[in-house]
Amino acid sequence: MIRVQNLSKQYGQTMAVDNISFEVAEGDNLILLGTSGCGKTTTLKMLNRLIEPTAGKIWIGGEDVTAQQPELLRQNIGYVLQNNGLFPHYTVADNIAIVPGLLKWDKEKTQNRTHELLQKLHLSTDLLSKYPAQLSGGQQQRVGLARALITNAPVLLMDEPFGALDNITRTKIQEEFKELDELQRKTIVMVTHDVHEAFELGNRIAIMDKGQIVQMGTPAQLLFKPENDFIRNFLKTQRLQLELKAITLHDVWYSLPSANNVPVASLELDTNENIWRAMQYLKGDVKHIMIKSPQTNEVKLVTFEQLMAAYHQYQNTLPA
Amino acid sequence: MNQQQQSLWQFMQQQSNKLLSQTLEHVGLTLVSLLIAVIIGLPLGILIARRKQLSGTVLGIAGVLQTIPSIALLGFMIPLLGIGATPAIVALFLYALLPIIRNTYTGITGVEPSVKEAALAMGMSARQVLFKVELPLAMPVILAGIRTATVINVGVATLASYIAAGGLGEFIFGGISLNNSNMILAGAIPSALLAILFDILLSLVQRISFKKLRYVLFALPVIVVAFAIYCLVPSASGSKLTAGFTPEFMGRQDGNLGLQQKYGLKIHTTVINDAVMYKAAFEKQIDVISGYSTDGRLKAFNLTVLDDDKKIFPPYYAAPIVRKDALQKYPGLEDVLNLLAGHINDSVMTELNYRTDQLHQTPERVAKDFLIANNMFKPSRKGKAGVIRIGSKVFGEQYILAEMYRMLIEGNTNYTTSAKTGLGGTKICFDALTNNQIDFYPEYTGTGLLVLLQPPVGKLQQITSNNEKTYNYVQQEFNKKYGIKWLKPIGFNNAYALMMRRQQADELGIKTISDLKHFLDRN
Repeated sequence: MIRVQNLSKQYGQTMAVDNISFEVAEGDNLILLGTSGCGKTTTLKMLNRLIEPTAGKIWIGGEDVTAQQPELLRQNIGYVLQNNGLFPHYTVADNIAIVPGLLKWDKEKTQNRTHELLQKLHLSTDLLSKYPAQLSGGQQQRVGLARALITNAPVLLMDEPFGALDNITRTKIQEEFKELDELQRKTIVMVTHDVHEAFELGNRIAIMDKGQIVQMGTPAQLLFKPENDFIRNFLKTQRLQLELKAITLHDVWYSLPSANNVPVASLELDTNENIWRAMQYLKGDVKHIMIKSPQTNEVKLVTFEQLMAAYHQYQNTLPA
Repeated sequence: MNQQQQSLWQFMQQQSNKLLSQTLEHVGLTLVSLLIAVIIGLPLGILIARRKQLSGTVLGIAGVLQTIPSIALLGFMIPLLGIGATPAIVALFLYALLPIIRNTYTGITGVEPSVKEAALAMGMSARQVLFKVELPLAMPVILAGIRTATVINVGVATLASYIAAGGLGEFIFGGISLNNSNMILAGAIPSALLAILFDILLSLVQRISFKKLRYVLFALPVIVVAFAIYCLVPSASGSKLTAGFTPEFMGRQDGNLGLQQKYGLKIHTTVINDAVMYKAAFEKQIDVISGYSTDGRLKAFNLTVLDDDKKIFPPYYAAPIVRKDALQKYPGLEDVLNLLAGHINDSVMTELNYRTDQLHQTPERVAKDFLIANNMFKPSRKGKAGVIRIGSKVFGEQYILAEMYRMLIEGNTNYTTSAKTGLGGTKICFDALTNNQIDFYPEYTGTGLLVLLQPPVGKLQQITSNNEKTYNYVQQEFNKKYGIKWLKPIGFNNAYALMMRRQQADELGIKTISDLKHFLDRN
C-alpha cells in the first residue's frame, strides 16, 4: 500500500532522514519508533507531503505522491496529531465535518457518519455542539481520531497520537484503538517514542536513529533477534514487559497444562492475546482464567504461575 | 461678543449646523482613512506573516511613519497633494497603518502551529487555511488593532482642519485661538465621544462570531463608502475664488464676521492653518488668505495685501506685556524691555520675518544681527540675580522678539532668562502669564482688545479706528482686570490683512477688499 524508496530529507548540512526505504502492506500497522530527532516525524510528514523530500520516491496505493496535487492527496489520507490540532473556533461537529466539507458531501451523509463514529469511539452526541476547549484531553483525542476516520480513507498517519494524554487515559484509549473495527482494515503508519505503545499497537516496528532505520520487523523479531547492540540497548530497560507483550498465548499454547476437568472461570481469552494481557487479569481474587484456542476450540484453565512457567519454557526454546 | 457668559449648551445649539457638518466631516475622514488602511494593511500583514524576512522592513517603515509628528506629516502632504480632504485622508491612513499591519501579523503568526498543520494535513488549500483557520483565529487581535487605529484617527483627524479638510478641529483650534472655552469644548467633547462610540461599536463587532462577522465585513465597506461620499463631497461653490482662513480669523469680529457684515463679502471659504496657508495660496490651491501684514512669507510668495478700505481690521501694535509683580520683583526689567520701543517698523519686521521663515536663519541669529546693526547688542553678563521667564507664541516673529529680549536682558542686567517659547495660541500664552508660568511675552493691541478683553460692540467701534485709543484702552483695562502692564509699543503693526497672489490681483484689478467684493458679485 505504501512504498518508500531511498527517501532523504536534508536541512542545511543535517540529514534529518537519510536514504531510507520500506514498505507497508495493506491493512498493516507500522510503528516508527525512536528518540526525538531520529527523523521519524519527518518521515511521516513526507508521506502526505507536509514536508517535501530532498530525494527519493513515495508511492501510496501504487501512485507516486509527487504526481498528485497535495490537497487532493491529503484529503485521502487520515491524519492524527499529538496535540489533536482541533480548530478551537469550530464545534466538535464542525471539526469532524471538515474533510467532508472539502469533499462536498451532503449534510445527511456527514451527519450519519459522524453519529456512527461517535458511537464507536464512545463519545456522547451532546458533545457535538461543544467547542474543543470544553472537552477533556481524552475526548479531544477521540474527536481528532473521528475527524481522521470520517471519510474512510484507506491510509491513516498518526503523529504521537497518545503522547499528550495522562497514563490512565492513554492506556484506555490504546485499548479502544486496538479494538476499533474501523482500524482493522486500514494501513496505518504511527510515530511514537514510547516503546510500550509501539509493542502494544504495532504489527511491525521500525526503530530509527540518526535519520536511518536501524531495524524493522515484528515486535518478537526485534526482541529476540536484534540485529545489533543499538536495538538490544534500546529495548533493554523494559525487556521483560516487552517480551511478555511480544509473546502471544498461541506461542506458549503447548507449554500450558491441559485441563483435566470441565474448567470454571469467569474470564475467557483467546490465544491471539499476549501474555502481558492475560497476566493483567490474574490479579487480586482472580486465580484462574480460561484460554480458548480458536483453531481447535480446546479450552485450558491456567494460573499466574503456570503462565510464567510457560513463558520461561518458550524463552528456552529460542535460539541464543 | 459676550460668549463668556454663554453656556456650552447654548453655544452648541447656536452652532448646531456647523457642529453637525464638522462631526460628519470628522467621521468621514476617520472612516475613509481607516477603510483604506484596512484594505491595504490587512493584506500587507498577511504577506509579512507568510514571508517573515519582509516583516522587519514593513513594520519598520510603518513604525517610522507613526513617529512623524502629525502636523509635520500634514505639512509634507501639501506639496504632494495640496490641501483639503485628500492629503488629510492620506496622512490619517498612514497613521492607521501600523497598528493594523502589526496586529494582523501578530494575530496570524500567533495561530497554534498544530492547528495550521492539521488544516493542511486534511487537504485544505493555502487559501482555505487563511480564510477558515488563520483569519478567524487572528480576528480578535486584528480587530484590536483596528480599534487602536480608529481611536488614533479620531484624535489625529482634529488636525485635519489645519489643511482645510474640516472636522471638529475647526472648533478646537478656533476656540484656542479665540480664547473661547465653549468653542474648544464644542469640538473636543464630540470628538472624544466619537472615539468612545467607535471603540464600543468595534468591541461589539469583536464579540460576534466570525461566521456572522463575514456578512458584516461585506456590508461595512459599502456603508462606509456611501457615508464618506456623502460627507466629503465638496459643497458646491458659487464663486470663482476660494478663500482659506485660519480658524481664529473665521470666528472674529475683526475677521470673517466683519468681512461679511461690513463688506458683505460672500466667498467660498475653507478653514486652514496659517502654517500652510501662504504656501497654499502660492500654489493656487486657494486665492484669498487671511495673513498678517508683517509676515515674511508675504514677500517670499509674492503676495499682495488688499487695502482695508472700510477699516475693519483694528491696529495690532506689538508691545511686551508683563505681570506687575514681576516688574516689582525684578527692578530694571521695564527699562530693558523698553529699549526696543520704536525701533522696528512694519517693513523691518517683514524683512526679519522673511529671514527666518524663508532664508531659514535661526531667530537667534536674526535677533543678534539686528541688535548689532542698531548698536544695542551687549554680550551676556551671565548674571545670577534671578531668572526671568520669557514666553512667546508659536510663530517666527514672536521667536525673534523673544530672542531680542533675552539678549537685551542678559546683556544689560544681572538677570538670566529661561524661554517658554512656542506656546500655542493667545489663550495658552495669556493663561501662562496670568498663572505665573512666564513673566512676560509680546502681545498685540488688537489681540488684547478683541480676544482677551472683548468689549461691547459699541465701545469697540470707538476704539479701533485709532491706534492711540486702542493702546490706551488695553493698557488701562489690563492693569485693572489682570494686574498686567503694557510696556511701550515696539513700533510695527502686525494687523490682519487679506492677501492674494500679486499676479492674480493685478489681472483681476483687485486692490481693495471692496474691489474683491465687487468682483465676486459680478461673477
